[in-house]
Amino acid sequence: MTDAHWYDIGTADDVPRRGARTLRIDGREIAVFRTADDHVFALENRCPHKGGPLSEGIVHGRKVACPLHNWVIDLEDGEATGADHGCAEAFAVKIEAGRLRLAVPRTRAAAE
Amino acid sequence: MNIVPTPEKLVVIGNGMAAGRTLEELFARAPGRYAVTVFGAEPRVNYNRIMLSPVLSGEKAYEDIIIHDDAWYAANGVRLERGATIVAIDRAARTVTAASGKVTPYDTLILATGSEPFVIPVPGKDLPGVVTFRDLDDVEKMQAAADAGGHAVVIGGGLLGLEAAAGLQMKGMGVTVVHLMPTLMERQLDPSAGYLLRRAIEVRGIEVVTQANTKAILGETHVTGVELADGRIIAATLVVMAVGIRPATALARAAGLAVERGVVVDDAMRTSDPSVYAVGECVQHRGACYGLVAPLYEMGKVLAANLAGDGAAYTGSVTATKLKVTGIDLFSAGDFSEGDDRDEIVLRDPARGVYKRLVLKDDRIVGAVLYGETGDGSWFFDLLKKETDVAAMRDTLIFGQAYQGGSPLDPTAAVAALPDDAEICGCNGISKGTIVGAITAQRLTSLEEVRAVTKASASCGQCTGKVEQLLAVTLGDAFAGPARKTMCKCTDLTHGEVRDFIRAKALKSIPAVMQELGWKTSCGCASCRPALNYYLVCEWPEDEVDDSQSRFINERVHANIQKDGTFSVVPRMWGGLTTPAELKAIAEIAERWQVPTVKMTGGQRIDLLGIAKENLPGVWKDLNDAGMISGAAYAKGLRTVKTCVGKEWCRFGTQDSMGLGIKLEKLMWGSWTPAKVKLGVSGCPRNCSESTIKDIGVICVDSGFDLHIAGAAGLHVRATDLLGHVETEAEVLEYCAAVLQMYREDGFYLERIYKWSARVGLDTIRRTIMADAAARAALFDRFLTSQKAAQVDPWGERVAGHEAHEFSNLTVVPALAAE
Repeated sequence: MTDAHWYDIGTADDVPRRGARTLRIDGREIAVFRTADDHVFALENRCPHKGGPLSEGIVHGRKVACPLHNWVIDLEDGEATGADHGCAEAFAVKIEAGRLRLAVPRTRAAAE
Repeated sequence: MNIVPTPEKLVVIGNGMAAGRTLEELFARAPGRYAVTVFGAEPRVNYNRIMLSPVLSGEKAYEDIIIHDDAWYAANGVRLERGATIVAIDRAARTVTAASGKVTPYDTLILATGSEPFVIPVPGKDLPGVVTFRDLDDVEKMQAAADAGGHAVVIGGGLLGLEAAAGLQMKGMGVTVVHLMPTLMERQLDPSAGYLLRRAIEVRGIEVVTQANTKAILGETHVTGVELADGRIIAATLVVMAVGIRPATALARAAGLAVERGVVVDDAMRTSDPSVYAVGECVQHRGACYGLVAPLYEMGKVLAANLAGDGAAYTGSVTATKLKVTGIDLFSAGDFSEGDDRDEIVLRDPARGVYKRLVLKDDRIVGAVLYGETGDGSWFFDLLKKETDVAAMRDTLIFGQAYQGGSPLDPTAAVAALPDDAEICGCNGISKGTIVGAITAQRLTSLEEVRAVTKASASCGQCTGKVEQLLAVTLGDAFAGPARKTMCKCTDLTHGEVRDFIRAKALKSIPAVMQELGWKTSCGCASCRPALNYYLVCEWPEDEVDDSQSRFINERVHANIQKDGTFSVVPRMWGGLTTPAELKAIAEIAERWQVPTVKMTGGQRIDLLGIAKENLPGVWKDLNDAGMISGAAYAKGLRTVKTCVGKEWCRFGTQDSMGLGIKLEKLMWGSWTPAKVKLGVSGCPRNCSESTIKDIGVICVDSGFDLHIAGAAGLHVRATDLLGHVETEAEVLEYCAAVLQMYREDGFYLERIYKWSARVGLDTIRRTIMADAAARAALFDRFLTSQKAAQVDPWGERVAGHEAHEFSNLTVVPALAAE
């Protein structure tokens, strides 16, 4: 990824299975999800519908159901599934030496 | 010319399976090229470590698992230094030093130090009677303990731990497996297979405790037990630590070689020192460490080729796991996680305890989990490793190699093509001919009728689809199709059927339900998971079956989510009564936490709106300190009991409606129900507390109490139906609780009482509650049992630290590097 900062955000065990935790970077709230099979994803913590906190939704398979109006968002790319249209920004996450690393594109302010 | 070169001196540190295989390959490629010295810390020749489990269980002897006997070492000119631990490497001088002080020179060195068991750092870990499961010495210690009888606790429910547990159990010990994670072997198995494995382990008489964090090992001079973090103590005469292994790297680290998790090697198996190679479990290659035998062998082959000067590169291994416990068939390989770019093919045969799951990506198998029938494991593994395109055989792939080559059929045509003696319902042994015969002879037209007449699909429900297809094939257009409303797209079963099966088959976890009832997805969806969780919590109140990740956020954090992501908090006010002290406390708390909106609710309580999630525990603590608990204003459960003033003050009041409301609320608070439940108690028929639009309403009259149910005042407005009349407060409590329990046991998830009543019929409810004293008493009794576990203030638990992760952010370490 070009022009991104990688952040250490702890370990996968910090995030509950079929659940999420949140964090803030540069004033943006990011939700970090862990699936039943231990894959970790990160999305902007805002449902494309009405801004609901996706981190509070029920995680099933590789999707999360927004707690406000039950839009179902794909964890891999942040796209709404089914008949709904919209997208929450997705961030790259990788596991290195047991640590979770999150890539956040540099904002203009941070890059200066 | 005929010059015989002096053989190079090759020293191998470690005499395990990786070293053995490397030398075997080397001698085959370049016999006589090296003068080999092997240092082994154990006083033995090379034996097959993965066969330690059968040695422990007594199914094999040490002699049976020897790989290289003394004659092999002699024949290949290998000097074996047994029981000789190397304590130092001098890379400048190219020598190794043994514990005895003896120094041996090398030209080329191989590190094959393997791995060491991870011992969790708890008090008592060094007590006699605490062992690991790594080598033959450990096995001998375990056998000695088993001969003395007693109980063993195995810490760790992975491959090694389960093999140790099975071995000790076969030796006659009582065994408890204590595992940190919710399912066994979670790294190799998905939850469905983990559930089947647990069942098989438990059937052998081995106790399994999951989500169990070991706090301490107890004992003075010898181990006497294990204490878990939740305070439970399990008595034990033997404790086996089998939580995992880690590469043994101390020697390499001390010698200044590059070491991360393991000794870092390149594709030629070379460490950071060109004269030093490493192989086996001590190695870290391309970021990965391996603990299974197949990769070690592949590494050994590459290393031997490089030592022989042939050149070869190791590119990493895809691993497959098989559990070596007699009678349990289990296979897993590759990456079996889900993904949108992935498809899964799942085959479940509940009657035979078979579960198979293939994960496909781009028409290639990337992962496989097989349980109960693993015969095709190697075939799937082969397809996986070779990345074979499986598109053409996809429809029959899951059935295995023997079923390839046939032409795929659509499901109805496939059922139509079956011979008459083909078994449709495995549980009840009902053939296609029997079902078709019954449909024709008795003019059956629905699934329910087929079930009633033939018993087909009446046990596990797996064959429901097939029976419906038979109806369609037999009746043609006369078959109206299933009028049934299935729970969700994950299953063909209805809510009622799922509940019946949970009861009949004593299913106690979501993976158990999904496996036994043939769920079509591996993890359910946001619709079925909360429903299943409720059914399990309701059915098994005395077991810890609640799965918080299957609950809607409001029930998970015990507050109501608002449109901006903040929460509202409603403390319980029993019967709508409060005190000056409570009001003062609420006022102070609202100011302290800068609550933007304070509002009266329709249920006679106070709502504090706009509280950030991370502040919830603080607000709850303050409310708890002032004597208030959660009002469950978010719950599919008992919410409020609204009362009017009653005879204590009101000039029309006939009974103590406030007091009765408080009693009802104290009896019912904390209970989970299919949908929300609101009560009202009115002191006279003027009905100021609007009891006749509540789920359960009590109207006080001079002669006693009229009991009402099935009101609503939301999307639908509906006045209650009169259930009956009772004379005493004690009867009100018993009858209302009995109705609530009947609804809890019979209602479908999200079905309010008025819908449930319409479905089952008011007469049925009235007959049970008003006319059948024994049924009513039994319902009341079950309700009380359930309440014993349910009446715990969720706020108090969370203030005390329960699920603390819910309320805090992840810690971010600032930017590592811009890439």
